[in-house]
Amino acid sequence: MVLKGLTDKATIRVSSPVLLRRFFRALLGYGAIGVIGLFFFIPWFWLVSSSLKTADRMFDLPPQWIPNPAQWSNYVTAVTTLPFFLYLKNSLVICSLVVIGRLISCSLVAYSFSQIRWPGRDQVFILVLATMMLPFQVTMIPLYVTFSRLNLIDTIVPLVLPAFFGNAFFIFLLRQFFLTIPHELTEAAMLDGATHFDIFTRIILPLSKPALATVALFSFLWTFTEYLGPLIYLIHEQNWTLTLGLRGYLGQHTAMWSSLLAASVLFTLPIIILFFFMQKTFIEGIATTGLR
Amino acid sequence: MKLRLSRRGHETLMGILFLTPWILGFLTFQLFPIVQSFYISFTNFSLVRAPRWIGFFNYAQLLKDTNFWLAIKNTLYMTIVGTPIQLLFAFVCALLLNQKLKGQSFFRTIYILPSIMPSIAAALLWLWIFNPQVGLVNTLLGYIGIDGPTWFLDPIWSKPSLIIMLCWMSGSITIIYLAGLQGVPVELYEAAEIEGANWLQKIIYITVPMVSPVTLFNLITGLIYSFQMFTEPYMVSASVGVSGSGVPELGSPQGSMLFYSIYLFQNMFAFNRIGKAAAMAWILFILILIVTLITLRTSRRWTHYEIR
Repeated sequence: MVLKGLTDKATIRVSSPVLLRRFFRALLGYGAIGVIGLFFFIPWFWLVSSSLKTADRMFDLPPQWIPNPAQWSNYVTAVTTLPFFLYLKNSLVICSLVVIGRLISCSLVAYSFSQIRWPGRDQVFILVLATMMLPFQVTMIPLYVTFSRLNLIDTIVPLVLPAFFGNAFFIFLLRQFFLTIPHELTEAAMLDGATHFDIFTRIILPLSKPALATVALFSFLWTFTEYLGPLIYLIHEQNWTLTLGLRGYLGQHTAMWSSLLAASVLFTLPIIILFFFMQKTFIEGIATTGLR
Repeated sequence: MKLRLSRRGHETLMGILFLTPWILGFLTFQLFPIVQSFYISFTNFSLVRAPRWIGFFNYAQLLKDTNFWLAIKNTLYMTIVGTPIQLLFAFVCALLLNQKLKGQSFFRTIYILPSIMPSIAAALLWLWIFNPQVGLVNTLLGYIGIDGPTWFLDPIWSKPSLIIMLCWMSGSITIIYLAGLQGVPVELYEAAEIEGANWLQKIIYITVPMVSPVTLFNLITGLIYSFQMFTEPYMVSASVGVSGSGVPELGSPQGSMLFYSIYLFQNMFAFNRIGKAAAMAWILFILILIVTLITLRTSRRWTHYEIR
């Protein structure tokens, strides 16, 4: 017996009621985690399964769990009836500019808040944090009016430009990280005659790759999945992002559920791939700063 | 002429130089719009007409507007009912994921993955799952002889359906709870076990108080989120109700999904009542401030901080 062997080897006596209790506890643990796990998992399964069904199998009762025949052409339909790759390109252009803008602006500002001493610094930092409380609706209306007066509606400028001027969440995140970098390093560099810009580019940035990765990842995720901003600012279909495209598709082809769901799978896939590659960055980013 | 600065002066100059992006951004994208929207809220303003000062007219109109009160009611439902349910659910999930079991990293991935799904794709998926005739949920309920409701199409069930969907996507709250749970000292549980406490007592008397600061954080971010929620209900209700002209009827079925942000959006972009929308934005800001302050004030009674 495995159990007997184990206890013999460890030469500890574990009475059988205790073992039995542990066994039931583990069983109960797996039972509970499994049942709720199904609640999380089945929708995914149903998504992929439905996306592969033929139009006439879609409304079968009882439904087929594993579609037979699996109609892979739904995915072709999804990327051809809607200019999927154009939308993807538009989304990626906006996302990359936002990521670049946030990385540059937030790291510069965070450097000022963490490595340079100037009067009033901590009070201004509190002001930065306070701006997080402001609901976006308050600034959305006048900004829309201003951008429309500047004839910038239906361009990516309103969606991209603000990213080059910092973001309170990411400034906070980077500042906290920069503060953990030992002062001896920057002081030694100062004595050698390095300027703040040298210290920023040669010491702080290279040492902060994990934090910068978090900023890049969440900037990308939020922008890639954002709906309201593009909905307000992008008018013509050739400028749409994937989120707008998917919504527009639903409006036109309500009956074509299978290819609509196929498009959803294709939309979600890049994010899932990103998640698996950057799982650690992702989970630590949420756990340490509460980003959502 | 070379300008000579003291070391302190030089540091201040550099500090402000590095801060420039934020200063410019704060002035153009925050401070100026805040002042401007405050002004707009007192005017009769549409994009084509010049703004005309009308005093508190927009605010007075809103107080008489039944749709405004409906939007408040629906939003408060999500704040008071939806947010605590999400928090409780995420807490239970975090407890399950914190057990010492083999294969835990697999379960963590399963539990957290839905939270990264784009809201828009998730809303589509759940519309399909909650399809009254052939949807997964009603099919499963049919197997056990229950005739399921029409979910998103039913004004009574639409908000509960939305809450179920939001629970499915609550992975980030779970991660924050999980990080909190891992910070609870093991000695506390060991001591309780010696005293003969069972698992439920350990959760109620140790875990819940020890993670109460995390609960406060999740509660406040959750409340703020519920006040501003837009994409999920917009997607779901715009697809449910398409009127004869093909224009999405926001807030359908029967106004049960008319949330604050949606009504604001409607005033701004569908009715072109920009002054009224700005007044709504300011009321929202004040509501969020009040609710956050009340939550923080009452939290002193139920949050527990380690004294170090």
